[in-house]
Amino acid sequence: MARAKGAIVVDTVQCKGCGVCVSACPTQVIKLADAVNGKGYHYAYMENPDACIGCTSCGIVCPDTCITVYRAKPVTV
Amino acid sequence: MADTNTIISPENLVYKKTDVLLDNVMHYCPGCTHGTVHKLIAEVIDEMGIQETTIGIAPVGCAVLAYNYLDIDWQEAAHGRAPALATAVKRLLPNKNVFSYQGDGDLAAIGTAETIHACNRGENIVMVFINNGIYGMTGGQMAPTTLPGMPASTCPAGRDTSHDGMPIKISELLAQLPGTCYVTRQSAHTAANVRKTKKALRKAFENQQANKGTSLVEVVSTCSSGWKMSPVQANKWMEEHMFAYYPLGDMKDE
Repeated sequence: MARAKGAIVVDTVQCKGCGVCVSACPTQVIKLADAVNGKGYHYAYMENPDACIGCTSCGIVCPDTCITVYRAKPVTV
Repeated sequence: MADTNTIISPENLVYKKTDVLLDNVMHYCPGCTHGTVHKLIAEVIDEMGIQETTIGIAPVGCAVLAYNYLDIDWQEAAHGRAPALATAVKRLLPNKNVFSYQGDGDLAAIGTAETIHACNRGENIVMVFINNGIYGMTGGQMAPTTLPGMPASTCPAGRDTSHDGMPIKISELLAQLPGTCYVTRQSAHTAANVRKTKKALRKAFENQQANKGTSLVEVVSTCSSGWKMSPVQANKWMEEHMFAYYPLGDMKDE
């Protein structure tokens, strides 16, 4: 079965840890970190990178535009 | 199975921050809808290639500092007077793309007269209306758009409609005016809704280029600080309560 494989890069300095991306992700890839950034926010990170399909939902809903999304061409698994 | 580090390469890039959006960190609270709508306007401006010809009119409210975030020309209006200033800018510079960006305390309260008359004259402008049912910047006071029973800092027990009346549905009012060509209500809490809002904004700017009249894009929004909720809770509350009184969809599209 061919499935798109994606990855995100979060700007952890700008992220405010609002968690909107966490609930927007259809494959439960994103979590908020236990650690905090310079402003004291629990920034988002890829907890489960293998599940990412690069759908861009997280990037689209991010109010601070701190998520960049990449998607590789579908691979046969 | 491709490794994450090999996926992160320029040829696989599918979503990134548009160049119209500046790198300044927004002063908005975590999860604020303003950030999302700023981004959408920037993306629409970028995709239409109108960065050099767009003039935004910033409001009074949280978005008063919008000029720090979008790399276009801006004017700053007195509270509620953005449609009047947009009228002036558009009439003097008819080849520019002019939009006002206003909250509900600005557009639907102190600026009601300017809003209604600009729409009635059919000024060829785009109005972006952020409706979160509260005065966010000044401390969460009751606005004309506050829902019945919704608590705010000046009505902690909830809006009493026998005393304060019902919330004003300004978009429905404006849709009845002959000057408006496009009036729509959208939201920006899920990826699907964000996409729809972006389409609506694009259509509004295209209407302006086609000299069709006033386009109003209302975005039902959250104010997690004013509502005293987490951003995710606020989105859920908005879905459950705001959409019942402020249903999403096009009210007018001519």
